[in-house]
Amino acid sequence: MRVLRLLAIGWKFHFKMIMRSAFDGVGQVIYPLFFATVAFFVFRAGDSPRTLLYASLGAAVMGMWSATSTTAGSAMQRERWQGTLEALVATPANFALILLPVTIAMATIGIYSLVATLLWGRLLFGIQLTVVHPVMFVLSIPATVLTFGALGFLFAVCFVRFRAAWALGNMFEYPVWLICGFLVPLTFFPGWVRPISWILAPTWGMNAIRESSLGGSPLPDLLMCFALGTAYIALGFLVMDRLLRAARERAALSLT
Amino acid sequence: MNSVRLFFVGGLTSYRALFYWLSPTIYIPSLIVAPIFQILLFAYIGRSAGLESDVFYVTGNAIQYAAIPCLFAMSQTVSGERYQNTLSAILVSPAKRFPLFVGRALPVMGNAFFVSAFSFAAGCVILGVSLPAGSIPGLAVVIFIAAFSCTGLGLTNAAISLRVRENAVLSNVIFGFLLIFTGANVPISELPAWMQDVSHVLPLTHAIQAARDLAAGEPFSDVTGLLATELGIGLAYLAGGLVLLRVFEWQGRKHATLEQL
Repeated sequence: MRVLRLLAIGWKFHFKMIMRSAFDGVGQVIYPLFFATVAFFVFRAGDSPRTLLYASLGAAVMGMWSATSTTAGSAMQRERWQGTLEALVATPANFALILLPVTIAMATIGIYSLVATLLWGRLLFGIQLTVVHPVMFVLSIPATVLTFGALGFLFAVCFVRFRAAWALGNMFEYPVWLICGFLVPLTFFPGWVRPISWILAPTWGMNAIRESSLGGSPLPDLLMCFALGTAYIALGFLVMDRLLRAARERAALSLT
Repeated sequence: MNSVRLFFVGGLTSYRALFYWLSPTIYIPSLIVAPIFQILLFAYIGRSAGLESDVFYVTGNAIQYAAIPCLFAMSQTVSGERYQNTLSAILVSPAKRFPLFVGRALPVMGNAFFVSAFSFAAGCVILGVSLPAGSIPGLAVVIFIAAFSCTGLGLTNAAISLRVRENAVLSNVIFGFLLIFTGANVPISELPAWMQDVSHVLPLTHAIQAARDLAAGEPFSDVTGLLATELGIGLAYLAGGLVLLRVFEWQGRKHATLEQL
């Protein structure tokens, strides 16, 4: 119960903080709209059988990832700059339980981005959103948010020793957009890319949203989201434990 | 003589400051890896949508990515000083503003040229795009002029940074506009008429078109008109940026808002 309370309060607190930030709260929502607009123009001008709705859903999920990647990379760095990292690490609560709701709050901002992109497509390009499996569609969105948050958590943990963690988080924005099938089917990529896509939860989150909207069977995709999200969190806890122990031993947590 | 000294010494100091901030841990992910993935992203989107060839997206995105170093590094010339509490000391000095700020633009332009040229070459190698050998010197000139004109826009962005706190958001928004309006990924003819009109007064549009023409095998003499227009647009933004710097500096003094965070 205490753990759930910690996660809920951490999520609420950080969600409010992000909403107050022009860069995270506004910039990360507006920025993907530019990419969505380019995608709409490209798909409208192209001769592919893939529809504008296909592009609209992909662009919407791109925004969700944008909201997570850069900010997750800098989650630890922000605490370091504010001088609160040591205090948070020293608290009796497991530090991973403090960090996890931060990245989930960032991914939650992605819902705002998703809605904004779908509305943008509807109002400016006349893209009608049709949902074949409404219940699965509604389930797919929070499932995707949670898995994005879990992946962001793993990134934040892995980047803890880097001063310029935000740049690393930023670097992963395009590759995930590219290889997780947001706008390009995985069949377009060389064979060696596909296993990488499969271990990235955004691939399955995108599939779940798209199949529940366009028709198909989103349940296996949702199960994969759940399995991978759990694996990311478990791995994050393990890595965090080792990294914090090493940082304490060398007194290198602040990286000064 | 003082102005010449200020131009070069200020430029050199700015170069050192820029690369103190742009350490390899930031430079490589942001300015080496990211542009390559932007090229790949749009080349594959183009394949998926069945629109244009790989060379279209390589030229468009490699040149358009010059906007990142130009916009962010130029806005840093103002916001960086503000964060270090040195902005008022600089603006209270009697130094002429033209050599002061244009000198600072020199390393930014050089860096933008490198980023754009490197991503162009890397994009060609990864996607297997072959260009006529004779087009390469002309492409280098095009990239240089694109870096210049975008630095002009960067100076305007730097001036606006005197009034706008969130210059990172502003730089991202300008970058996004350039992504849509310059024809980097969508043929200009596919844009609505009003967007086509806007695209003609933006930096990079004409340089991207010139690079595509050269990559298609056209001689350099055929793109000189496009390059002259690009150069003119760059000069206009540079002049506009210097005027805005003066205006916002005056307003900042009047309202005591120069260092407001």
